[in-house]
Amino acid sequence: VSGTSPQGDAANAAALRESIVRGTETAVHAVNASLHRADEVRAGADGLNIVLSRDDADARRQANAADARRADAPTEALLGIPVLLKDNIATVTMSTSCGSRILEGYVSPFEATATRRLRDAGAIVVGKTNMDEFAMGSSTEHSAFGPTKNPIDPRLVPGGSSGGSAAGVAAGITRIALGSETGGSVRQPAAFCGVVGVKPTYGRVSRYGLVAFASSLDQIGVFGADVDDAALGLRVIAGRDALDSTSADVPVPDYRQASGESMRGMVIGRPTEYFPATLDPQMLERCERALDALRALGAEVRDVSLPHTELAIPVYYIIAPAEASSNLARFDGVRYGLRLTGDGLRGMYEATRSRGFGPEVTRRIMLGTYVLSAGYYDAYYRKAMQVRSLLAEDFRKVFESGVHLMFTPTTPSTAFAFGAKSDPYDMYLSDIFTVTANLVGTPAMSLPIGRIQGLPVGGQIIASHFDEYRMFAAAYALERALGEEAHR
Amino acid sequence: VAVTLDDVRHIAMLARLGLSDERATKLVTELNTILEHMEALSKADTAGLEPMAAVGTSGMWLRPDQGPKIPLERPPESFAPAMRDAFLLVPRLSTHEDAESAS
Repeated sequence: VSGTSPQGDAANAAALRESIVRGTETAVHAVNASLHRADEVRAGADGLNIVLSRDDADARRQANAADARRADAPTEALLGIPVLLKDNIATVTMSTSCGSRILEGYVSPFEATATRRLRDAGAIVVGKTNMDEFAMGSSTEHSAFGPTKNPIDPRLVPGGSSGGSAAGVAAGITRIALGSETGGSVRQPAAFCGVVGVKPTYGRVSRYGLVAFASSLDQIGVFGADVDDAALGLRVIAGRDALDSTSADVPVPDYRQASGESMRGMVIGRPTEYFPATLDPQMLERCERALDALRALGAEVRDVSLPHTELAIPVYYIIAPAEASSNLARFDGVRYGLRLTGDGLRGMYEATRSRGFGPEVTRRIMLGTYVLSAGYYDAYYRKAMQVRSLLAEDFRKVFESGVHLMFTPTTPSTAFAFGAKSDPYDMYLSDIFTVTANLVGTPAMSLPIGRIQGLPVGGQIIASHFDEYRMFAAAYALERALGEEAHR
Repeated sequence: VAVTLDDVRHIAMLARLGLSDERATKLVTELNTILEHMEALSKADTAGLEPMAAVGTSGMWLRPDQGPKIPLERPPESFAPAMRDAFLLVPRLSTHEDAESAS
């Protein structure tokens, strides 16, 4: 798939919005270009399988309305900008299926706060994107509706679980898309597809209307075709929400202002555990090149240690399934979604859930129920929560030592082939460099830093809690410094 | 601690999942393989450490004890599998289960 932007000459979403406000471009044209691009790359089930549902007529109606508002000197930050949403973010138009048979065709009676904020800012939702079922997976191979194909090479996975949103941005359907993160589900597919992916601080974005997976980890994230698109998208959806008491009352800066910040005096930690001897030498080379670029801009790069890193995956794959087993208890055929009849009420539950959930979701519910069950709670769940404290302590020490940001590879490899990771634990290891940020709640993002044999490599920037502004400052600087090198 | 087929059956019952014999047998292997990797946690010295159940940012806050109004754009009848007179319908409880297997 050739990478032409659907949005004409506009450099990015902010520039397109300026053109729409000025009247040199229209929202209708932008939305039509986006829908046309989706057709051109075959974004449906017969092609790349990026988009699970779309409502073109409604998108065009909204675009017309956006154009009609132009006369009133609108201030909306995303006026007329087409966006894609992961299929676990509630919309009253189009279904919210979470990539699962159990919610196939389910249309939410309310909208997620993130959806509403995008719409209030003038954005136009052009489609809902494919994902691993209930966000459990790292490749979209666990979607009940078939996997998404990577637009860079359709023989490869786009990453996951927000693979559809990453692929949608990589294919040029929209410049901004929303995904969700529990253990790297935005950053990992962003790395595999060569786009920017941001996981904000836990509490930065309201989760009202995000279908829950693991509530102590879940956070809505943003994809951008470039750093500025992601900064613009996050600014719009971030901030406290009365409908989500875990959303934080912390001021939201204008992340786009970070593009002008200097790297002089910035201290960037290079956690040695994220650069193991086994790391692909080419991956290492791309990361070192990025660190050199930051040094050249005046940043100081310092080796740091996060000694409990190797325990992050075991901790994550106890805590996340434990929370999931509880959250997914609500899918029982009573109030919404699929219902199958069985012998009595218990029979209905069992028939509905066994038919409605795919193999990975079943596996995680089983694992989660096991680690929470009598006799195993202390050995697994409680122990994992204690080790989580150690991971948090690792991060706290690094940031308190005067380090502002950390830089790591986003993933241990580039995009892999379909079926390459048939062992569940092998698949879990795809998240090895991303899960810790979810466990400790810090913001982190991935941006393209080069390619290996034509496949994108992501570099990860991790900041301390609510310091997304500084994270964006480094991302803007690195993106500018690498220029075309980031994409070859 | 190795997971047995009986454990899998018990866990499936707790999780309200119906499993075929073939799937249950496969899950014994899968869960054991995954849990083997979890043994790494026993190496960590966690004596006296508080369990961290959630991220302790300054994020949590209380709101007045009155729910914000959340208007639904469409009625429950539009998405519920079975309703009558504003109630959700479920199979009769009398056929549900006997007291002994309940837990």
